Amino acid sequence: MIVFDIVLFIAAVLLIIGLRKLSHPDSASRGNLLAAIALALGVVIAIFYPLETQNNNYGYIGLGILVGAIIGIVSAKKVAMTEMPEMVSLFNGFGGLSAGLISLVWLINNTSSGTALDLGVVLFNLFLGLVAFSGSVIAYGKLSGKLKDEHLKIPLSTVLNIVLLMVTIGAIFYFAYLGVLTTLQLALFLVFSLLYGVVFVAPIGGADMPVVISSLNSLTGITAAVSGIITDNKLMLLGGVLVGSSGIILTLLMCKAMNRPLLSVIFGNFSSAQGSENQVHGNAKEVTPADLAVQLAYSQRVCVVPGYGMAVAQAQKIVKEVEELLDEKDVEFKYAIHPVAGRMPGHMNVLLAEADVSYDKLLDLDDANSYLDTTDVAIIVGANDVVNPSALDDPSSKIYGMPILNLAKTKNVVVLKRSMNPGYAGIQNPLFFKDNTKMLFGDAKKSIAIILRELKEV
Amino acid sequence: MNSIITFIEQNMEIIYLLTFAIFLGFEVISKIPTVLHTPLMSGSNAISGVVLIGAILLIRVTEPTNYLALILATLGIILGTINLVGGFAVTGRMLEMFNKKKNKKK
Repeated sequence: MIVFDIVLFIAAVLLIIGLRKLSHPDSASRGNLLAAIALALGVVIAIFYPLETQNNNYGYIGLGILVGAIIGIVSAKKVAMTEMPEMVSLFNGFGGLSAGLISLVWLINNTSSGTALDLGVVLFNLFLGLVAFSGSVIAYGKLSGKLKDEHLKIPLSTVLNIVLLMVTIGAIFYFAYLGVLTTLQLALFLVFSLLYGVVFVAPIGGADMPVVISSLNSLTGITAAVSGIITDNKLMLLGGVLVGSSGIILTLLMCKAMNRPLLSVIFGNFSSAQGSENQVHGNAKEVTPADLAVQLAYSQRVCVVPGYGMAVAQAQKIVKEVEELLDEKDVEFKYAIHPVAGRMPGHMNVLLAEADVSYDKLLDLDDANSYLDTTDVAIIVGANDVVNPSALDDPSSKIYGMPILNLAKTKNVVVLKRSMNPGYAGIQNPLFFKDNTKMLFGDAKKSIAIILRELKEV
Repeated sequence: MNSIITFIEQNMEIIYLLTFAIFLGFEVISKIPTVLHTPLMSGSNAISGVVLIGAILLIRVTEPTNYLALILATLGIILGTINLVGGFAVTGRMLEMFNKKKNKKK
């Protein structure tokens, strides 16, 4: 027995070291491996640890792990890097539901034993797990485009949010006080918890998605920690808390990147753009790929501002080819990465890494803004809200106050875009109508392919 | 009120651990470079697959004839494993892309 405890302790230390390494670029791979080993150890111990009642049911455990591992590995191998946010949300939802099921099984197993307070903790965990689950499923639907914001309009969502939260939390205290609950009450509690997850995530949309994903991630961590308390396993407690607190840090970082307090993200109903700010009009000027190619070849400094649109068009690899060609012509070429570009924190970095773009070409917000001031041509590939100057000068705009990539001093701005439709957050962009801005309509990948061809002839 | 005090008494060790782990989490993760936001998120997401351990511990004490509990727990094991294994595999895939590039430079 003491052997098991020692191994469990070693696993906990490995997990901390792994997570520590995961947060440094050089050691991230090893960190991931160490954390995986730590949890694998934890699982093996959980299977063989001596318990008071040992019904074991090893057949079910083996079956469950086998099926889960196959599904996990296959979906991890198949997923495209653009779909990473959806995948992470879905995995996260599964973790949440698993925690919810743990609570249910505990309730079934302990109908007679267990203190009233235990019941309260278990119900609390059931609530957290189910909220993480239904919230993640809605987030998955939104990110994959299966659910549109207009389908998710819930009347009085803020009021409903608060009422549901009060009812469920109140119920937890009530049943913890009583010490019993009937099957019907449990069923109602399940429904309310699931509903709360939906009401929590549904109204949040558009540009706030990175915040939603990281806060749901954190929530699953917390529910894993509470599950650890219920089943008296310290590795679970530790892992869950680490995930929970790192998720909170990331969430706050994302909020800071958008200059929005967390509460306004949750209750702000950012989803649909309405009101006077869509009144920006003017004539957008167009440019041909051939002209742009010539302009690029004679520039000194070029900067690409990528957004999710680049990923959708699968244009990152061909952008990299343009980079190489311009490199030969001694044109300085950089990428300006906004912290919330894409659908999850750091998404653009992953996509560009997939296309072999090197680290030192990627500029973060501050470096990018000083670079953009002296850039000859900035090419916006599928980004929109992160370059919207309304954030700086229009107090009525929904993104007012969000730090953006500022293109005001850039000599020439070219926007690659499919049409004049507003971006994911549904906000019109005055940048498109500025004097030094030109539009290049069409599929970004095709447009850049033409630019590449023309460049070879310059 | 009494039951709350007994609960605290019984779980003092857990409360210590919980408090230290929260600080540890903040400390370990602070100052992450932007490049690693996505891998860190999917990595930490994988770690929340530890719930699998809880599902295993509970199914081991479940009566072999309690089929409802067995089915629910097995489902919990499946979902937890997907979260754990899938999460680490996806994170590994992402980090490999970062490494591939670094090796080229050398």
